[in-house]
Amino acid sequence: MRRSDILRMKILSISLKEKIIERGFLLVAMSCLAILFLIMLFLFREGIPLFGKVPVKDFLFGREWYPTSDVARYGILPLITSSIAVTLIASLIAVPLSLAIAVYLSELAHRVTREIVKPVIELIASIPSVVIGFFGMVVVAPFLQKQFNLDTGLNLFNASVMLAFMAIPTIASIAEDAISSVPSSLKESSYALGANRLQTIIHITIPASLSGIWTAILLGISRVIGETMVVLMIAGGSALIPDSLFAPVRPLTSNIAAEMAEAPVGSVHYRALFAIGIVLFIITFVFNLLSTKLSEKYKFKWN
Amino acid sequence: MKTGKKLTEQISFMMIRIAAFSVIAFLLFILGYIVKNGISSISLEFISAMPRNEMTEGGIFPAILGTLYLMIGSSLVSIPVGVATAIYLVEYAKNERVVRIIRLGVNNLAGVPSVVFGLFGLSVFVVFFGFGVSIVAGSMTLGILNMPLIIRSTEEALLVVPGSYREASLSLGATRFQTIARIVIPNALPGILTGVMLSMARAAGETAPIMFTAAAFSTPDLPTSVYHEVMALPYHIYVLATAGTHIAQTRPLQYGSAIVLIMLVLVLNAGGMILRAKMRKRR
Repeated sequence: MRRSDILRMKILSISLKEKIIERGFLLVAMSCLAILFLIMLFLFREGIPLFGKVPVKDFLFGREWYPTSDVARYGILPLITSSIAVTLIASLIAVPLSLAIAVYLSELAHRVTREIVKPVIELIASIPSVVIGFFGMVVVAPFLQKQFNLDTGLNLFNASVMLAFMAIPTIASIAEDAISSVPSSLKESSYALGANRLQTIIHITIPASLSGIWTAILLGISRVIGETMVVLMIAGGSALIPDSLFAPVRPLTSNIAAEMAEAPVGSVHYRALFAIGIVLFIITFVFNLLSTKLSEKYKFKWN
Repeated sequence: MKTGKKLTEQISFMMIRIAAFSVIAFLLFILGYIVKNGISSISLEFISAMPRNEMTEGGIFPAILGTLYLMIGSSLVSIPVGVATAIYLVEYAKNERVVRIIRLGVNNLAGVPSVVFGLFGLSVFVVFFGFGVSIVAGSMTLGILNMPLIIRSTEEALLVVPGSYREASLSLGATRFQTIARIVIPNALPGILTGVMLSMARAAGETAPIMFTAAAFSTPDLPTSVYHEVMALPYHIYVLATAGTHIAQTRPLQYGSAIVLIMLVLVLNAGGMILRAKMRKRR
């Protein structure tokens, strides 16, 4: 064999090795998709058999959730409405306040203040939800009960407020990134045309960062829908369609967490809890797609 | 007219300032309140002793240890897969469509509620693979939950490494993989470490995913195998505060455990954030 042949074979084997390595990385990178698929597969595998026993309509629109009584009922309408109520109220509180923080930090605060407050907010965002739930239980609940003369301080309002405060740091931090990434040339042109700072914020800065603000809001709301510990500990837990701001409620997530331990593997109850998991999975999936779509739609073209 | 506009502006800014400050003050109040009420429970014994008297006295050592096991176990799952995925996305992928599909998968995985991960872990690791409620099952569940976080922070870290480094290495005859292993990764290490620390903090603080996959209210002994169930800090707080028979009596323990958990999470997060700030400054 000539030397050039050996060299050629060496190069060939190296490039083959590189090819294999690349394929290996691709395979691993696909694992997220595989896991997502597996999550769906197992949720459906465990949850779908429920619908042989309980019709889909009775499951989704049934008003009674009595999984352990003699004549068990598996209607999740009270749980769905609880989730919606909690999410709606929490978002109504969280979104304006988060945007206020974002605008304050990016537009009004002194640079030094900003460099201190921003990391503090990001740190607060990392506080485990069980701690927030704990605070809601031992501090906010007794306070509400006394102030409003309620039967229990563990209710829709308490849960919504604590969820809002859990979501605020997340929404504020991402929205702040979006707002402060607006090029100063845009703002300067606005000032040059005679607009004041407020007008510039409302008509220039916020519209220009709308894509990022939407991402922040949807991410925050999606966290609220999926949050478990806070609602498990302080929403009150009664499976009724909420009729007042201070009604005890039982959102989907807390219902799974509260009952999974007592549901024997393979029982109808167990399947019903997985079916609730399917509902949650679909809701958050749709939210994710929506957030991708919205953030693309409002993407501001600089040039 | 002009003064009217000026007034509107000032009033709006004042309102924004008040809103921002009161929210931040309330968030700090939550932290301060817990620390104030729990600091007296913290002692060396509290973090190093076993619980006594049906959990009403003594320390929380097994819960701390369990949480550490879960943090390490979940990292063993999330770091290799997450880092490799990020390397593929940043260093190898040329096909736009493949990248988009993988990103879509990562984003959606990040949006799955934690309790659904718990269901997944229960049905796959606990029941299907037969691991039982155990450290392995909990670690795998948390590891999967943390993958998107590791992928994103590693991607960011890889993108910070200048393209000229790669070109220099390739032009010296190094293969693509050699370039990644010897040039890109060492340079991206601080950023990758950021993701690792943030994800460990998250593994420490999550409750819902371990409720049915790893956590136990109490264990007679410390776990000696990965197939044993463990106590964990967040679950410990939850159970003591809601389900114990001595809820009021164990309140100091609850506050104490909350402080330990908060400290653990905050230190890891602060470390990660400092590393990230350093990395971004280099850019």
